Amino acid sequence: MKLMTRLMGAAAIAAGTLASAPVFAEGGTLVIASTQVARHLNGAVQSGTATAVPSTQIFASPLRYDENWEPQPYLAKSWEVSDDGLTVTLNLVDNATFHDGKPVTSEDVAFSIMTTKENHPFKSMFAPVEAVETPDAHTAIIKLSQPHPALLLALSPALAPVIPKHIYGDGQDVKSHPANSAPVGSGPFMLEEFKAGEVTVLKKNPNFFIDGRPKLDEIIIRIIKDPSALLIAMENGEADLYPFMAGSQEIKRLEKADHLAITADGYAGIGPINWLAFNTTSDKLKDVRVRQAIAYAVDRDFITKALHRGVSQQQRGPIIESSPFFMVPDETYDTDLDKANALMAEAGFADGMELTIDYIPGPKEQQQSVAEYLKSQLKKIGIDLTVRAAPDFPTWAGRVGGHDFELTMDIVFNWGDPVIGVHRTYLCSNIRKGVIWSNTQQYCNEKVDEILAKAAVELDVEKRKALYAEFQQIIAQDVPLYTINSLPYHTAYDKKLTNVPTGIWGTMHPMDMVEWSE
Amino acid sequence: MSSSYLLRRVGYGLLLMLGVVVLNFLLIRLAPGDPAVVIAGEMGGATEEMLESIREEYGLNKPVLVQLWIYVAGVAQGNLGESFFFNQPVAKLIADRIGPTILLVVTAQLMSIALGVFLGVLAARKPNGVMSAFVSVFATIGYAVPVFWTGIMLIILFASSFPIFPVEGMQSVKLRDAAWYVQTADVLHHLILPAFTLAIIYLAQYARLSRASMLEVLGSDYIRTARAKGAPEKSVLFKHALRNAALPILTVAGLQFGNLISGALLVETVFNWPGMGRLAFDSILRRDYPTIMGVLFFASAMVVVANILTDISYRWADPRLRGKS
Repeated sequence: MKLMTRLMGAAAIAAGTLASAPVFAEGGTLVIASTQVARHLNGAVQSGTATAVPSTQIFASPLRYDENWEPQPYLAKSWEVSDDGLTVTLNLVDNATFHDGKPVTSEDVAFSIMTTKENHPFKSMFAPVEAVETPDAHTAIIKLSQPHPALLLALSPALAPVIPKHIYGDGQDVKSHPANSAPVGSGPFMLEEFKAGEVTVLKKNPNFFIDGRPKLDEIIIRIIKDPSALLIAMENGEADLYPFMAGSQEIKRLEKADHLAITADGYAGIGPINWLAFNTTSDKLKDVRVRQAIAYAVDRDFITKALHRGVSQQQRGPIIESSPFFMVPDETYDTDLDKANALMAEAGFADGMELTIDYIPGPKEQQQSVAEYLKSQLKKIGIDLTVRAAPDFPTWAGRVGGHDFELTMDIVFNWGDPVIGVHRTYLCSNIRKGVIWSNTQQYCNEKVDEILAKAAVELDVEKRKALYAEFQQIIAQDVPLYTINSLPYHTAYDKKLTNVPTGIWGTMHPMDMVEWSE
Repeated sequence: MSSSYLLRRVGYGLLLMLGVVVLNFLLIRLAPGDPAVVIAGEMGGATEEMLESIREEYGLNKPVLVQLWIYVAGVAQGNLGESFFFNQPVAKLIADRIGPTILLVVTAQLMSIALGVFLGVLAARKPNGVMSAFVSVFATIGYAVPVFWTGIMLIILFASSFPIFPVEGMQSVKLRDAAWYVQTADVLHHLILPAFTLAIIYLAQYARLSRASMLEVLGSDYIRTARAKGAPEKSVLFKHALRNAALPILTVAGLQFGNLISGALLVETVFNWPGMGRLAFDSILRRDYPTIMGVLFFASAMVVVANILTDISYRWADPRLRGKS
């Protein structure tokens, strides 16, 4: 009887499991809607989300990452880092081919890493790479001049696509190579059509080196520049997935659509921070007490809860809070107008001052609205703030890159490891006039440079965390910029879609597991 | 119509286009912002060396007049250059988009002329009637309402509240592999809202113009004679009166073609229509000089051609002009 009861129980559980398991539809098309226009599709020479989403479908890379920041096998089935950290050996799969049928070899991996090192805007990703040796077709040995803790993360699909040497090695400039608009990779999807600024059509790669993948037949990336039209397209089912959605109104509106799911997961790697930057060489802002006063006057809580309707998170330091290297600094500048006024008086500005603030034309809620809020808020500490709009990105970039600004709102990405996306903002050596997203604050602190130099070569995670903790404490005191919030990126997708990538790189990750359930 | 007249018109047209090219080239360079910085920004940042290499690659480090000469010489040889942003030939970018723009503009033009003239003729039959008042009110609204607002309202009404028409684009991506007739029907379905949006302002103008023109013609002696001879009213209106009344409409149609193209820029942006207008708008924001120049060159060519065709049709419609230079 006992046995019978157990059998019946087991049968009931099995039936329940079967009933709740999703039934998957074969193949199908996924339509991704985006407002972002890709210049081309080669992520080896171009950063940015617009290129990375299609590029990570077309090109495979040595490694891929899960949601816990752990590297996973991809083109490299295994890898070893030498004890001194100066050699990284990649053991490649032997069944990977490019979409034109040619095999993927260690020569391609070596060519790709060196090409990316030479041409990608993120110079720090592969700066310590001296050479990539290829003892056989399926082994690539990366030789480094110094230990490089960011290397494995830099081998992610979004940052290190493996491009075919037999196509890109023809002597033409890779940055403007014609194949960038008609790429051949070894990823789960092949390019069918790329109509610049309009649509990218990707077809299933039937010879993908991972058995049984990809699940979808086709991915279509449609550019819909008007966000309102994009929202209606999502509501009407004309589009199935909308990544990098940052407006609170958009998020709240799509949350009401019954057939859509919304997630904030998938953006830890990109680490988008909305901040208020200071020109630290300006006569009015070179005194740290003025910058601290402004920081005390700003209310992050109001910005995230009222202006952003609760969809964004406070950001209390230069490293994104979802990163393992973030720590809450001792000084987080909780709003204190008395302290702010006292600091202004100490700095000799008891009678107030006039300042001008710029902002990137674009996501109004993150930029213009905050700038306008700051105008009213800073009045309380005697600062008469003029909000200076820029008609377009080139105008804003010209002002900030040319150091012709006092304060500016800005959005900057961490790009996974602090070496890639954080150091650039604070290093004395990266003060480069005319270059946007360099150290445009012109902040220079030798101690910070020293810490960042050590962190860039420290392989021990705990020791690195300690170094970054010290760095974050100094930045909190010096306030070359005041971080406000992480950008509330969300992904909206049809509930029938399964395995939508929500790892650290979100949709900048191969969608070989995504499939439709019936 | 003499061939020398035609040649002269074409010659004037080419001179005009040269002027457009030179003026646009200089005007665009007056705008603040460095294309190299935009490209670097899109790449996620860059070093000074990369910025210099971008400027070198696109010839932006040469004096402006040298750049102008290189550009004009290229255009004369049929080379519109390469897009700074997309690294693709501008001719290809335009070729991909000129079809949708022509489809939109020509449909809107035909829609506005056909409906506008029809309403105008109806209104002219009874100048103090309800239809006449309707045309006047409609024309006033048509003039007054910005085209992008009309577009947004139509989207809210017919694509969101009552989803009869698609909200944006020219084709349903999921029908890409469907039979040609299904795709054609799909394109027409997508075309209705943007074409009507673009047509509405000109429709109102044509209605008002043809009403006034018809009223003038209907009062003339030969119409009275036709009626006295017992010609049917339909024949009087559409055969005798309209042909003469059409002359000012033809003139305006030619002149309006340029306005239609500039209106298409807004409509294409609102409806995500994959045409040249949107390309121009985005290229201006990106300081993509060759693409802006290429689009303006093509737009001016279309206006010049439209004006020449208007002249020809004017002469066809009015025999008194034939033989005159």
